[in-house]
Amino acid sequence: MAEVLWGIFVGPFKDIAGSPTFFVEVLIGGVAAGLMYSLVALGFVLIFKASGVFNFAQGVMVLFAALTLVGLLERGVPVPVALGLTALVMIALAFGIERVVLRPLVNQPAIILFMATIGLNFFLEGFGEMVWGSNVKRLDIGIPDESFKVAGVLVNKLELTAALTAAVLVAILAVFFQRTRIGRALRAVADDHEAALSIGIPLKTIWVVVWSVAGIVAIVAGVMWGAKSGVQFSLSLVALKALPVLILGGFESVPGAIVGGLIIGVGEKVGEVYWGPLVGGAIENWFAYVLALAFLLVRPQGLFGEKIIERV
Amino acid sequence: MKLRAFLIGGLIAAVVAGPLAGAVLAQGNTMFIPLLVYRTGPFAPNGIPSANGFNDYFNLLNERDGGINGVKLAWEECETQYKTDLGVECYERLKSKNPVLVNPFSTGITYQLIPKAPVDKVVIHSAGYGMTASADGRWFPWVFNFPMTYWSQASAFIKYVGAQEGGLDKLKGKKIIHVFHNSPYGKEANPTLEELSKRHQFELTLLPVDSPGQEQKATWLQVRRINPDWIYISGWGVMNQVAVKEAAAHGMKMDHVVGNWWTGTETDVVPAGDAARGYKSMTFHAPGSNFKIHQDILKLVHGKGKGSGPKEGVGEVLYNRTIINAMLDTEAIRLAMTRFGNKPLTGEQVRWGMENLNVTEQRLEQLGMKGLMRPLRVTCDNHEGNGLALVQQWDGKKWTIVSDWIEPMRDVVRPKLEAAAVEEGKKLGYTPRDCAKEK
Amino acid sequence: MIYREAGHFKSSYAADQAIFPIVQDRVFLGLVAVVAFVAVPLAANEYWLQAILIPFLIYALAAIGLNLLTGYAGQLSLGTGGFMAVGAYAAFKLTTAFPWLNMLVVFVLAGLVAAGVGLLFGIPSLRIKGFYLAVATLAAQFFLIWLFNKVGWFVNYAPSGTATAPPRTMLGVMVTGPQATASARYLMALGMVVLFALVAKNLVRGRVGRSWMAMRDRDIAAEIIGIRPLQTKLLAFAISSFYCGVAGAELLFLYLGSVETLAFDINLSFLVLFMVIIGGLGSVLGSFLGAAFIVLVPIFLTNAPHWLGLAMRTDTQKHLELMIFGGLIVFFLIVEPRGLARLWQVTKEKLRLWPFPH
Repeated sequence: MAEVLWGIFVGPFKDIAGSPTFFVEVLIGGVAAGLMYSLVALGFVLIFKASGVFNFAQGVMVLFAALTLVGLLERGVPVPVALGLTALVMIALAFGIERVVLRPLVNQPAIILFMATIGLNFFLEGFGEMVWGSNVKRLDIGIPDESFKVAGVLVNKLELTAALTAAVLVAILAVFFQRTRIGRALRAVADDHEAALSIGIPLKTIWVVVWSVAGIVAIVAGVMWGAKSGVQFSLSLVALKALPVLILGGFESVPGAIVGGLIIGVGEKVGEVYWGPLVGGAIENWFAYVLALAFLLVRPQGLFGEKIIERV
Repeated sequence: MKLRAFLIGGLIAAVVAGPLAGAVLAQGNTMFIPLLVYRTGPFAPNGIPSANGFNDYFNLLNERDGGINGVKLAWEECETQYKTDLGVECYERLKSKNPVLVNPFSTGITYQLIPKAPVDKVVIHSAGYGMTASADGRWFPWVFNFPMTYWSQASAFIKYVGAQEGGLDKLKGKKIIHVFHNSPYGKEANPTLEELSKRHQFELTLLPVDSPGQEQKATWLQVRRINPDWIYISGWGVMNQVAVKEAAAHGMKMDHVVGNWWTGTETDVVPAGDAARGYKSMTFHAPGSNFKIHQDILKLVHGKGKGSGPKEGVGEVLYNRTIINAMLDTEAIRLAMTRFGNKPLTGEQVRWGMENLNVTEQRLEQLGMKGLMRPLRVTCDNHEGNGLALVQQWDGKKWTIVSDWIEPMRDVVRPKLEAAAVEEGKKLGYTPRDCAKEK
Repeated sequence: MIYREAGHFKSSYAADQAIFPIVQDRVFLGLVAVVAFVAVPLAANEYWLQAILIPFLIYALAAIGLNLLTGYAGQLSLGTGGFMAVGAYAAFKLTTAFPWLNMLVVFVLAGLVAAGVGLLFGIPSLRIKGFYLAVATLAAQFFLIWLFNKVGWFVNYAPSGTATAPPRTMLGVMVTGPQATASARYLMALGMVVLFALVAKNLVRGRVGRSWMAMRDRDIAAEIIGIRPLQTKLLAFAISSFYCGVAGAELLFLYLGSVETLAFDINLSFLVLFMVIIGGLGSVLGSFLGAAFIVLVPIFLTNAPHWLGLAMRTDTQKHLELMIFGGLIVFFLIVEPRGLARLWQVTKEKLRLWPFPH
């Protein structure tokens, strides 16, 4: 018994103190992984914020974006052009989704819209694979993937790039939401659909814009994850890794997605490396959820979620 | 309206889709073999070359020889997406066509089908995967996993490491890590490795990776801290690509990273690019398309527009593995015909053929597979056969063989395997047969 | 014309409160029962029983369970797969430890174990609501699967790491294990699903069900009128998990025969949730319709090209199947967002007035 308690409460901390460089590496690894989750979570947040839809298809959108990009690159399209074309495809997709799925289901409960995105998920899964094939494709858009050492700590360039990209993306989104006309309209819609409509904000346009932005975020996520594992069907499963981040950060908050990602990323890596061996490892999946749960018990609406006001 | 658009689009796509994958219908003088494949879903990159190999080999037999001794082969693909429930559905659906033999091509689906085999009288051949214990033919007469099991493979890996280090006695104090898919499949090698670590006193660390395995940062941080001498990987699907890439990114010596034979295909090293150079994996056959069988397939199958995949795919690791798999199955049928006559056989008869299979060097040469694999002999009590393992290495462009044929440590594996067979067999309410009485 | 209530007079409260107050409904249901219990096992071939009807019945049971929790009590759960796994492994441990135990008892006990686990993971629901509650149940899902995968005791330290249904008989008939016929397993699954569906129907009509619905519709108001949130929510979690647990045990013993933990992964949780939403939240009938939709439509789509004589590449066919399936989900939601059960109800309303709708 004493041994178990020691293993849980003392051993890991001794371990951390014993080799601080390694601990820093674990932290960096956690931050890097966490920001990768944030990239996926951002797409969910954008759509939820503006339309209250929990978009189950976000993972498949990541896959679809990456497949399109890689497919274009393989046909010899230069990188910037391919990125532009992929963005156009995602915008076209947003138009299609608004017309076919969202418009007929306006004013339905959230869970019904959620289910509709599941239908969308199946459709895109089949469609993406049919058009672009199922093989693993190497995504090489010139991001270096070497590691180098800073003060004895191993840092990977790809992860560094991903982290910077996430930071830039959040900055752009923040400016977009705070400073632009359409951004203000988005926030108005998020606050109150009907009030926004009554002052003349076109709901349809707003939805198309949000889904387009989410599609473009999906491209970024697809590029980063695709550089890691190659572009293949499994990319659509990254959504699962984004769920605890989303829940922890709050469904409506862009900064929440980033902070949530960092907490989940660092938490699960530290947990896996230092506490995982006690029970045979592979705990990080459920550990992420337990971590999120612990935070939720204190703040039931997520760290940055809007305060839930309950009245009869 | 939308629905109609879908349907029309679908029809158009179907017409444009080109050559049809193995849709020969069973009739008359034919034998039916169901193909449980996965051409879609997360495991499709592994499933596609595997499925193509089967199709092309069966097509070759029908085109070149008119089937087996005049009995044509019929087969039908069924998409499982590597999911067990879809696998069961496929099996049940294709059962109506009187199959004699099935290759589940998934360890999970193999487990579903094992209890059904003796009831339905269908032979199960899980070539290099499936339940290790089923190699004991006394308990599992209907299940075959030649040319080798996971356990033999793991012992061959340790033997290879020993040879590289200058003898098994030099393993003492060496650090070996097993990074495995956290599923029954991935865990298969653990008991063998643990046993050998006791015998040869190397330090073994077991690191699980949860399915699907896109994020392995924590695992590889641990690997780097342990700084092992050798790494053994048992993965499948996206886990393979990420593992190879992470190994390289964490500065591992790639020629000391060895995958099992499901973790060493062309697709596994694609995302890592140049960094994967030097990565090794186990195998039980040669890679490449420089064998006569490949020329036959290119000429007689692809040349007639009946190839089921791209021409470049002929000779990929998994492709070669499945043409060997198909060859072993059809050779067993051929053998059974020498005893039961040149007519469509029953499952019972094919089972006899599998159990007495003896593919000689001479026969391999006739088949155009000389050098592609080793002669193989199966017996009543040993359904694993006497297969040998190889190690192959990725040189940045292709896989090349870098070892001699390695004999697994059968003295270590076999007793454990027999003990496991008793346990697994009893669970299903089986009683063992006496192989001395079999004829 | 045929289907109408005119002329039916209820002379007792019991008759007024019957589950199926209309004579035609009862007749129809009786016919369905006769077909399901007698005609199907006699007529259907093994493929239909084994690959279509048995999974349909099992998923329907799981969907009823989740519907009690999500549809009636309003608590979103994504832990169905985990709770089903609890049932499956509990049943496996029970029947291997006590081989003489009747299989029905084993299933019920396994359900009770799952109920206990569900109760435990339901506790956070007192504080967390809506989509956020999904996290608590997802934690259950991932933790339970990890646990069963990790601890060899759950599979009796089988070298293969899988749980295999041992052969067991009931009333002298083999109901599990490889020798059990498909019709025996089908009848077992059918009997249980009918029994538990009736229990569920009566549960939701009574005090318990009404308190669940009050909690779902406006929890603070419900609290004010004296419904205790603690008991109500936890009871919903327990009973729902009981159903899921029994369904999980059936999945192992009556359908797959041998499972690894992957069979109960998060996809199963999603699948059952889809059934509940497509079928109709808060409807027992909807659970059946939803399960039928999710199980039957893909199989129908897979087989359709063969029936039509269309030869298609395997992968193209699967892609089209996914696209059509996705399209159908959206299509049905647009036609009737409240699910297939509501569609059925609307049809019945129309039928009552037919052929004189005005």
